[in-house]
Amino acid sequence: MRSFSYQRATDPGMAVQALSADAAANNPLTQATAQPLAGGTTLIDLMKLDVMRPAAIVDINPLAQGWSAIEPGSGNLWLGALAKMSDVAAHEDIQRNYPVIADSLKLAASAQLRNMATLGGNVLQRTRCSYFRDVSYENCNKRNPGSGCAAMDGVNRMHAVLGTSEQCIATYPGDFAQALIALDATVEVTGRSGTRSMPFAELHKPPGNTPEIETSLQPGELISAFVIPGRWPRSVYLKARDRQSYEFALSSAAVALDVQDGTIRDARIALGGVATVPWRARETEALLKGRKFDDGLAQRAADAAFADAKGRRHNSFKIALGKRVVAHALQQAVTMEI
Amino acid sequence: MSDTSSSRPSGFHRRAFIAGAAGSALVPLTARAAVQDAQAPVAQDPALPVDVTLRVNGQDKRLNLDARTTVLDALREHLKLTGSKKGCDHGQCGACTVLIGDRRVVSCLTLALAAEGQEITTIEGLATNDRLHPMQQAFVDNDAFQCGYCTPGQIMSAIACVKEGHAGSDADIREYMSGNICRCAAYPNIVAAVKQAATEIMKG
Repeated sequence: MRSFSYQRATDPGMAVQALSADAAANNPLTQATAQPLAGGTTLIDLMKLDVMRPAAIVDINPLAQGWSAIEPGSGNLWLGALAKMSDVAAHEDIQRNYPVIADSLKLAASAQLRNMATLGGNVLQRTRCSYFRDVSYENCNKRNPGSGCAAMDGVNRMHAVLGTSEQCIATYPGDFAQALIALDATVEVTGRSGTRSMPFAELHKPPGNTPEIETSLQPGELISAFVIPGRWPRSVYLKARDRQSYEFALSSAAVALDVQDGTIRDARIALGGVATVPWRARETEALLKGRKFDDGLAQRAADAAFADAKGRRHNSFKIALGKRVVAHALQQAVTMEI
Repeated sequence: MSDTSSSRPSGFHRRAFIAGAAGSALVPLTARAAVQDAQAPVAQDPALPVDVTLRVNGQDKRLNLDARTTVLDALREHLKLTGSKKGCDHGQCGACTVLIGDRRVVSCLTLALAAEGQEITTIEGLATNDRLHPMQQAFVDNDAFQCGYCTPGQIMSAIACVKEGHAGSDADIREYMSGNICRCAAYPNIVAAVKQAATEIMKG
């Protein structure tokens, strides 16, 4: 690991100031000189691999007192960005009224990592693409913009089939983000000009021609909270993976439904493990709304989710697998007791 | 209680080593030139060692650490508490699991500087006098290891697993212990050990 200076931010203004140091340099945020440290489970790992090389670490954990609340209000669920994954997953109100959130967190990583990792850091975790993580590969457009993509014709079994570009097919690895995007969450961001809010769906940027730019965050900006409108007791997170536990998704689905007398009044579907960013399956939602649920509808809805999918040599199986995961998750959500 | 043991018991330091090597008559001239060139950026290094006090197993330990030092390396290399093991050093195997406060974490991805002021408990802090912690005894009773390398991490993780209320069934134990990999695959015996200890710990 390269050496760095360490400082603790005891208030948000101090953190923003320290993280804005090289704002003028216009680096992609992931390559900014100063990086925030929350749980450290991504940052320290990638620094050991020499993928991330910050000259300064700004420890934002002292902000936890103000930024880690879990507040299931009557209308909105408010989640502080520094809340730990394990605490949110274990929260009774969230298990009851937002099972898709609780399960997306519970099924991620290990107990140790969930005790460390924060919600804000979790949604910003970097891809597990092995060519991105191994700096001995020169050609990674995310690490070295313009250098090419070793995954394109390499071992790409774990890579994305949706939202890809000619420059990058790296999978967005998280789970919780799928729950957030499905439930129309808002993300609250604190930066140099105060606090702003934006739809969570606008946080992550598909790779396009600039895979090095992963989010719409500006220099110095920190995620301070997530706000989830409504309640979704009829919701599930289904995750298919190579191991039963402690593994990233090959394919996952976040499904939240409002069903009355067998008719689907509202449906929210997001896909994980198969796309370059948290992926909302709006075509699937449109197909489901206003219809009576049956197996045929589940199959058509699952097909619609992958209509634009593009497989490569080793990952085409994800299209068939992903459809089954969506259909199965829909069945689970429809039949669950609430 | 305070312990002022040096963080560099060997008296060696990276910078001191480089300076020493550069001054040594045994270093070939070419190498000496290279080392001297390398000294300039090192002198401007913002990461001078930092004074930090870690509270480990109930004792305050004053250390002088490079900012890069993880809790795992502080324990093993500076405090000579080698019970916590370095397996993957990337948060994937769980061999380095310790408790910070009452939470299990992987010490290889925790910066020592960020752990200042928090209570760190390692495998060395479990036994009282000559009596093993019930989880240690359960691992012995159930033959819950073969080579033993993952065992300190398994035991620290298992203690937290029970306290969290995640040891109610075999399935729960398997799920919530999945962050600790056992290359010898002693898993059935580990599950049995956690169950035995959970019963004893719950009885109080």
